[in-house]
Order: sequence, then structure tokens, then C-alpha cells
Amino acid sequence: MVDTALDQLRRSGRIVVVGASLAGLRAAEVMRQKGFAGSLTLVGDERHEPYDRPPLSKQVLLGKADADHTLLPRRLDIDAEWRLGVAATGLDMAARTVKLADGEEVPYDRLLIATGVRARPWPNEAEGELDGVFTLRTREDGAGLARALAAGPRRVLVIGAGFTGSEIASACRERGLDVTVAERGDGPLVGALGGVIGAVAAELHRENGVDLRTGIMVTGLEGDSTGRVRAAHLSDGTTLECDVVVVSLGAQRNTEWLTGSGLGAGPRGIACDAGCRAFDLRGIVTDDIYVAGDVARSPHALFGYQFLSLEHWGNAVAQAETAAHNMLSESTDRRPHLWVPAFWSSQFGVNIKSVGVPSMGSEIMFTQGSRAERRFTAVYGYQGRVIGAVTFDNGRWLQFYEKQIEACAPFPPPFTTVDRRPDGQRPIPADFPDPSVPTHGPTITLSGYSPADRRIATFTPAGH
Amino acid sequence: MAHGILSQILDYSSRANPYPLYEELRKTPVFHDGTGPYVISTYYDIQSLLHDPRLSSDARNLAATAGDPLAEGGEAEETALPPSFLKLDPPEHDRLRRMTNRPFGPPHSPHRVDGMRGGLKDIVSGLIDNLGNTEDIDLVDQFAYPFPVTMICQLLGVPREDEPKFHVWADTLAASLDPDPDADPAERQRKTHDSRMELGMYLAGLIEQRRKDPGEDMLSQLAVGHGPDESMSTMELLSTAALLLIAGHETTVNLITNGMLTLLRNPDVLANLRQEPGLAVPLVEELLRFEPPVQLLPQRTPLVDIEVGGVTIPKGSSMWLILASGNRDPNRFENPDRFDPYRKDIQHLGLGSGIHSCFGAPLARLEAQLALTELARRLENPRLLEDPPPYRQNAVLRGPRHLRIACDGIRA
Ligand SMILES: Cc1cc2nc3c(=O)[nH]c(=O)nc-3n(C[C@H](O)[C@H](O)[C@H](O)COP(=O)(O)OP(=O)(O)OC[C@H]3O[C@@H](n4cnc5c(N)ncnc54)[C@H](O)[C@@H]3O)c2cc1C
Repeated sequence: MVDTALDQLRRSGRIVVVGASLAGLRAAEVMRQKGFAGSLTLVGDERHEPYDRPPLSKQVLLGKADADHTLLPRRLDIDAEWRLGVAATGLDMAARTVKLADGEEVPYDRLLIATGVRARPWPNEAEGELDGVFTLRTREDGAGLARALAAGPRRVLVIGAGFTGSEIASACRERGLDVTVAERGDGPLVGALGGVIGAVAAELHRENGVDLRTGIMVTGLEGDSTGRVRAAHLSDGTTLECDVVVVSLGAQRNTEWLTGSGLGAGPRGIACDAGCRAFDLRGIVTDDIYVAGDVARSPHALFGYQFLSLEHWGNAVAQAETAAHNMLSESTDRRPHLWVPAFWSSQFGVNIKSVGVPSMGSEIMFTQGSRAERRFTAVYGYQGRVIGAVTFDNGRWLQFYEKQIEACAPFPPPFTTVDRRPDGQRPIPADFPDPSVPTHGPTITLSGYSPADRRIATFTPAGH
Repeated sequence: MAHGILSQILDYSSRANPYPLYEELRKTPVFHDGTGPYVISTYYDIQSLLHDPRLSSDARNLAATAGDPLAEGGEAEETALPPSFLKLDPPEHDRLRRMTNRPFGPPHSPHRVDGMRGGLKDIVSGLIDNLGNTEDIDLVDQFAYPFPVTMICQLLGVPREDEPKFHVWADTLAASLDPDPDADPAERQRKTHDSRMELGMYLAGLIEQRRKDPGEDMLSQLAVGHGPDESMSTMELLSTAALLLIAGHETTVNLITNGMLTLLRNPDVLANLRQEPGLAVPLVEELLRFEPPVQLLPQRTPLVDIEVGGVTIPKGSSMWLILASGNRDPNRFENPDRFDPYRKDIQHLGLGSGIHSCFGAPLARLEAQLALTELARRLENPRLLEDPPPYRQNAVLRGPRHLRIACDGIRA
């Protein structure tokens, strides 16, 4: 039996996408590829056409690429109405309209929300507005920071040693700039990869001449009489002179515009089912509102149906493709978003990749290569199974470990491999910080079932 | 039935078209006739085995009983030269490959290959200018062989005049990969050993020279050595240089020849290439899928018992991964037996994958793209004089021994 409503949607329906970046664009392309012939509106609060963010903390800071030359490639003409430079400010689920900042209301039959995240700002607003203080999320951020680095500052301070902070520090060193990294946790990347890998990352920073200070918080920023940042105060009582500060404290989800809408949206993202359909506040799934990308929070079969939020490029793409497919499909043809989380980073000349959810692991084992050489593959174990893996300059093996994760293979791995070294014979504690102690944002947020996770055991509905 | 299929594949009479045999083989995705190697022929199995860290490329991990018709005389070989990184596992493999890559590719030498474009074009033009009698051209002897040889000599800094010398050694060594049922194994082993030895001594002389008077070529740079890894020992350097010299031309010849043969069998594609030279890029990829110059990887063995498609392959067994068969697996590619450079999704196995993926890939691709574009552009109305052409004996490095063509003239 043909679903006539669906057929009509495909021929002449109205689809609105809010968030015109990676996930939004990719979803729109897939919809057209699948033959959607109706009207397609893309709403984005940035003035630019969709561009790519990963180069912003890499090539752009090195001066090898221009921040405004990272536009995402277009795979086909999506024939959309673009509403760029206009934020969505509200959602009326009953009337099926999206309110825009310019007062307009855009009606939809299906809505895709892909509003992503934004950089967490420096908590003291006045200090955050000093000249020379940056965050890094947008093209403007990238261009501004690249310019500041090119001007040859005497010292850069990076606050937070997650992936982005570490990449920024790496770029500074490559440019020959003095850089201090202040990290509240025990080492770089600790939130995402644990203390064992954090220690390796710390060596990497130090050997490359980064002044890495761990277990330290920045308590205040100080400006000079012209409003330029000149120093930072640290929790150990010292003061550090610096003329560029990059605040790299993780991200916040762009969900405020949904406050009061009745959608299940809050500071941890927008909850959706495995098919990307958004939940409303009552935990009931909607059938016309979909979510994809960094802003989504979805249950994953491989990880006990925990709700995962991933700030990963590949996830945004895969989830957008699933959402677009499901928006235009009969209920029996819908697909779950089963993407195995995967992430890459490049810093200090090392290519770092991870799959699965390392941060769920309690143990780690170096199955190939060596920590001392900083070329290795390490596997994370959780309750006797493989849950994640990370490689440093060893990415060609990752595909194998991804399959191990998919297959819930036993941990520790019962077999040997090429390049197994003496220190890889036995698992050791992965050394993740107690999740109730805040560190800079990891790139995966878990929520729902972890008993250790006292802060985030329930999701917070918008407006509460 | 599948029995005897391996000997059929190795048999010279199958050389011109082994693909029906591969199709037969894929019906038993993990094929094992009791004594011979475990043969893997489907795309997804090969693809995942190439990334499987339980698989070794080091012949020293082969059980003595592995029963491999392609097995080389391990000992004889080792007394001549240590195994090249092609036949090593990490960490030795990674170290040697990394050092070899320093003067060759990114990040340290990002422009090396692209910088050769002009020189490559000149070689191609020169060879085409000199094709001579257009009624009967042997594209192998007159073009597809001399082109990569000239190039690899330039790259490594090996005098082009010495080509006749190392040609013989290289041929013998390439042939050693191939089981010739009629040859006496001891005799073959001796010949292989001698060739490796002579090639080694020849290269040692060159390297000695380069150490004293280094130039921009790769041999000089490898001999001098830079970077965080220690430099290569002389023996390591010799086997690396031998590998580059042999792999640098024994494969590209076939890629170019197979390419021209395929184009002449698909005149519409040839015409399109003449119109839009940009087609060369996807075309060479499709060629690497459709007629890969390396048909199979005979050099793998599991370090532990592993399970593939429900079959347990015991530790130390010899395994063959039939890349050319995976490339024609209908579970992976639609209409796999069709040559279609416009294919959207063309992740072939032609250059392998994982840590042993073809080291020279960027160069091989560029050479084939340039060669085929120029041949398509300059040969007027080219046609095959013999189809199928006579093939080389080798079942692993498969390609025509001669490719006789004619054309109406040579465009400027
Ligand atoms: C510097 C940097 C480096 C990175 N490096 C890597 C990396 O190496 N590897 C990796 O896997 N990932 C990396 N990422 C993460 C990756 O870029 C993100 O996962 C990806 O951009 C997510 O895409 P998205 O479309 O979900 O969200 P976003 O790209 O955040 O897009 C959301 C868009 O919605 C807009 N928006 C928000 N609210 C509204 C509203 N109310 N109305 C209209 N529009 C709105 C936003 O302005 C934005 O344009 C990096 C990110 C950054 C910032």
C-alpha cells in the first residue's frame, strides 16, 4: 500500500533545515538525491555558505589555508532557499512553524534541526571581551586567531588541553611562538582518552616546547589600559604574561532557541531516537522533527543504548544521511543511526585517531607499537569487551579494531598481533577522571546509565 | 569443481583471462585444497585481512609445512640480502618504509612526485616520437617498458646505461615470484639467489659512490639518511634499493600495457579520453580495479589461528589474497566485469591496502595517467594487431609480454 501522505511530501512537501553547516548541508543533499522535489529551506545564523571547521584549528592557524577558503564541497545543486545570517528563534510544534530573528515564520512539513554547538565562552564576560582573547569555532574566530598568531605575539596562553586546545598549541609551536597551556585536569586529552594516553600527550607537548601546566586553573584575565589582554592569573598564585589567550573549554549546544517549544531539548542536546526523530519533553517521539550532528543526543545500540552526543565530523555526516533518509521513508524503511564513533586529530606532527567510545573504557592495553616511540594502537576495555581504540601514527590498523568493537570482541584481546611489545602484554587502568569532576569538554558526552555520572543522570528539559 | 583450480590459475593458458577462474574461486571464499595455501578471493574478506594485525608478511612466521607453491627459497634469499620492507612486519617494516618515504613523499618531500611531471612528460613524448613504423608497434618494448625504467633510474639515480644489466636480474627476480611448473626448483632457486647477489653488488657500488658524492636522487638521500630514525644499515639500504628498482618498473609496465589493451578493447572510452584528458584520473583507478598489475598477494600468514568466513585458518599457514578477484566481486561492485571509468564508488584493492599498500602508488598513478592520455591523444586510429596478446609467464605480476598495435600516424 502506498503512503499517499509520504508520496505527497516527496513531491511537494516543505522541508526546513535549521543549522546550515556540515550536517544541514549533507542532509539537504541526500534529500535531493533521494528525489525530494518539494521546497527546501536552509536557515543558518552564520552569514556564510556552509564551510568546514576542522581546518580552522590546523591549516588555518598555520597560515597554510585561508579561513574563508574552507567552504564545504557541494556534491550537487540542492536548489534550496537559503536564509543565511538569520537565526531561528523559536519553534511552534503545533502550528509547524519556525520563527526567525527577522520576524518571519517559516512553515514546514518536516523539520531537521542541526544547530550544532558553539564554543564555551570565558565565564567572566568582561575578561572574555578583552582584545586578544579568542575562542575557536567559527570562520571569523579562525581568521582572527590566525591573524593574531601571524602578528607574532610574545606568548600565547591556551586554556584547556582537549583536542582543539592541543591543536592550537601545536600550531603555535610550529609557528615558533611561545605557548603556555593551562589544563585543570592531569594532562591533555584526558577527558576523551584517559590519563594513560594523557601522559603520552603531555610528553608530546613538552618535547615540542609547550609550557604545559596541568592541575592548574586560570582564575582571571587582566587587560591593559587599552583593553588588550596582558596577563593571566593562575590558581597556583602565579601570573603569566601573555598577549593572546585562546579559551578552549569545550562546547555548548545550541538549543536555547527551542526553550518553551515543548521539544526535548536542553543543555545536553536534543534527545532523539535511533532513527534521528526528536523526542518531545514528555519523552514521546515526534514524527516530523529530526535531529543530526553535534546537537543530537541519540541512543546507541553498541553502547547499551546510552544516549551519546558526539562532536565528530564523521558522525555529523552519517547522522545527517540517516535523518534525511528517514524523513522521506515509510516507517518500515527507516534506518537506525549506528555509526561507530570515530575521530581524528593532528598535533605535533602526530596523527591521532580514535574509534568507539574510549571514555567508557576502564582499562587500556597497548596492542601494537610502543608508548615511548609514540606510535601505537591501544584498545579500551569495558566489562570484558572492547569498547574503543586509539592510534598514534598507526591509523592503518584502526579498521580492524573498529570491527572488534562492532563485534563486542572480548577484552583483553586473546590473540597476539604483529608489533606486540613487552609493555602490551597486560591491560592497565585507563585512568579516566571521576566524571563528577569537571574537566574541559571531551568530544563525547555520555548520559543516562553510568552510575558514576552523578551530574548528568537525568536530562534537563529546556527552560528548567 | 574447485579442485585443481589453483594450478589452473597458475597455468600459463589462463593468463590472458583468469577472471572466470576467480569467479569460480569466489564460490568458496576461503579455498583450501588440503595441502596448498588458504586462498581468499572475496572483496570484504581481503579488505579486512589487509588491516588485520594478526596477519604477518614475514616469511619467517610460515610453518615449515605451509605447502606454498609460491614459497621462495627463504634461506638462499637471506644469505644474499635481508628481506625488503615488503616482507617485514612492524616495527621493522614501519621504520624502513618511513625512512624510504622521507625523500619520496609527504610530509618531508611533498612535491617530489608532482615535481617529476615535466620530466615524465618529456620521456613519454620522446618515446612516442620514436615509435617508428606505425604499421607494427610493440607497445611493451617500445613504450610501456622503457618509460618506467627511465623514470625509476632518474628517481633513484641509477645510470640508464646499466639498464641491460639489471633488466636481467630484475626479470629473474620477478619470475621467482611465479611458480613455473616446468622449471627445476633448485635451479630456479640458484638463479634467483645469484640475481639478488649480483643486483646487490651492483647497487652497493652505486651507493658507495653516492655516499662520497651525494646528489638529489633517492639513493643518495637514503644513503646519507636524515631524521629521527637511525639511518639504514648498508644491507637494509641494498634490499630497499633493490625493491624500489624492481617494483618501480615491473608493475607500471603492466599497468600501462593493460591500460592500453583495455582502451583498445573499449574504443568509446578511448575516444572520451582523447576529448577529456581529466578522465585519466578515474580511468586509471578503474583500471587498477579491472586489470590490476599485481593479481595476488602470496605473502601472508596468520600469527594465531584466525577465523575467516567460518573457516579456521591455522597459525603459520600460507595465505593468498587474490586482489584481482576481490576487485571483480559482484557483492562489492555492480557489473564488476564491465570496464567503466565513470563508476562512482571505486575503492579497489589494486594497490593493496593497510600498511603494505603500494609504496609507489602516487608515482604509478601519475605515470599511467600521463602515458595513457598521451597515447590516446597522439596515436591516430590505433588498433590491436593481436588479441589477446601473448602474456608474460608470471601469474602474480600479470601483463602482456608484447602488445602489437598499428595506427595511421602520430599526431604532433
Ligand atoms: C576548530 C575545530 C576543529 C575540529 N576538528 C575536528 C577533527 O579534527 N575531527 C573531527 O571529527 N571533528 C572535528 N571538529 C568537529 C566538527 O567540526 C563538528 O563535529 C561538525 O562541525 C558538526 O557539524 P554540525 O553541522 O552538527 O554542527 P556545526 O558545524 O556546529 O553547525 C551548526 C550550525 O548551526 C548554526 N546555528 C546554531 N544555532 C542556530 C539557530 N538558532 N538558527 C540558525 N542557525 C543556527 C551554527 O551557527 C552553525 O553554523 C572540529 C571542530 C572545530 C570547531
